Amino acid sequence: MLTVDSVQMSFDGFMAVRDANLAVEKGQVVAVIGPNGAGKSTLFKLITGHLKPAGGRILFKGEDIAGLPPHKICRKGISLSFQIVNIFNRLTVFENVQVGVLSHLKQSFSFFQPSKRVAVEETKDILQSFGLSHLAHRVSGSLSHGDQKVLEIAIAMGNRPELLILDEPTAGMSPEESFATIGLINRLTNDFGLTILFCEHDMELVFNVAHKIMVMHQGISLIQGDPDEIRSNAEVQEAYLGGGDRC
Amino acid sequence: MFDGRLNRKTLAIALALIVALVAAPFCISRFYVYFVAQILVIGLLATSLNMVLGYGGMYQFHHAVFYGAGAYALALMLTKTGFPPFIGYLLGPVVGALLAFLMALICARLSKLYFGMLQLSLGSLVWALVFRWYSFTGGDDGIHGIPMPEIVASISGSYYFTLIVTLVCLLVMYMIINSPFGRIFQAIRDNPERSASVGVNVRAHQIVGQVIAGFFAGVAGVLFVTVEGSVFPDLLFWTLSLEILIMCLLGGWFTFLGPMLGAAIIVTLRTVVGVHTEYWTFVMALILMLLIFFLPEGVLGYFEERWRERGALAAREDR
Repeated sequence: MLTVDSVQMSFDGFMAVRDANLAVEKGQVVAVIGPNGAGKSTLFKLITGHLKPAGGRILFKGEDIAGLPPHKICRKGISLSFQIVNIFNRLTVFENVQVGVLSHLKQSFSFFQPSKRVAVEETKDILQSFGLSHLAHRVSGSLSHGDQKVLEIAIAMGNRPELLILDEPTAGMSPEESFATIGLINRLTNDFGLTILFCEHDMELVFNVAHKIMVMHQGISLIQGDPDEIRSNAEVQEAYLGGGDRC
Repeated sequence: MFDGRLNRKTLAIALALIVALVAAPFCISRFYVYFVAQILVIGLLATSLNMVLGYGGMYQFHHAVFYGAGAYALALMLTKTGFPPFIGYLLGPVVGALLAFLMALICARLSKLYFGMLQLSLGSLVWALVFRWYSFTGGDDGIHGIPMPEIVASISGSYYFTLIVTLVCLLVMYMIINSPFGRIFQAIRDNPERSASVGVNVRAHQIVGQVIAGFFAGVAGVLFVTVEGSVFPDLLFWTLSLEILIMCLLGGWFTFLGPMLGAAIIVTLRTVVGVHTEYWTFVMALILMLLIFFLPEGVLGYFEERWRERGALAAREDR
């Protein structure tokens, strides 16, 4: 479904991503792991068009999407949920999710019908499946961090994506909230048939839910394989897992 | 239930206000009718600015230029051509929208402050052109004694015309703000990066938003000509842009009617204070300072917040 082929990216001469390779098959949950500064977030921004790659190819369903603007990539079926909570602060929870749905239904240039009557059912469905219905009319800026993080993912669902990219979905969450996120990711793949690509520092979560894991180190993808392969790989042990990190 | 109560109350206030405005020429002197017309015109201009400022999150620092362009378009049509006046009335808003489109194309690439500064420079360029082009625009003298169509030539005629057009424009703007386009526009204000990543073409929406705002500023411009019968370069000068920006902030830039309220307060104060002192700007500076410290959400924003709190409290007690 998604193939990243020798992608590169530099910030003012610093090669944040030197040689990234990744393959995601339909229906899989794929994790990208690596120490801070390995280039994971940058890689996700390259895939979703927030940054333009300096070289390499990014194929989504056989089409090269490298360098397209974010809204076009989103319309092709890739949604991104950000690492830092990135929501519409002054809008209510309902309106936050509705924005994505409106854009997906191509209603964003509709001027003369009240928005409270457009895309209502679709939005309510998403709120319900994320357990946010009771917060629907709260202004999103006033929610707790955990709820905002769930909303963050719910917004990304408004576009009915085929591939959902989650940048550290449990960053800043309590252990209970992280546990709930594991359930959420499982549900997204099982109930919605979504393909998920995510990066995460919580190794328990990664080895729990990922079908495939790709390890990045200093902007280079070292290896991609199933969890057992990654656990037993010597190179990974040295670069990351054995290096006294959290695993 | 709270929503229903609030809506009924708001509707009742709005209806009472409209009745009072319609009855005004029968009850108050000609000076005050002219005074209310002035508030409506400048209030409409401030509301159009607030579409991009409060709802779109764009620092439109020189909005008055579209107002001036609309006013000059009508004035020039009425004085220099033999076309029927209604063509001038249609052309004014269209010129405002076109100018807004051109400036948006140039400015929309930039964000926040840079956008505002470039807008200010481009607008000042248009002002300089109008100010210097004596043979066409009348230069710094402007154009006076514009022959108005008979129906709007009298004070009450121009007043009713202004009132009807303003109300229709407010209704249309309200509908736009509450439409799917308006919702996405507000999402862009809160977070352009996120909007793009849910499939919104941010730049296209910003340009369309500016064209709409420019159009309604142009409408306010032609209403100005209707009320005053003259145009002058001050209509496109940056100080007017600053003044309407303050009206938005004062009234409440996250509320729909805030700018209209802000316009009413400023125009009233200017008229009252102007009788006693020529240092009106000093008073305005004081207002601005107090506003920033004590009412960051504006007057209407402050009251809406209180209403919401009361509603939430009532809901909790109900439970």
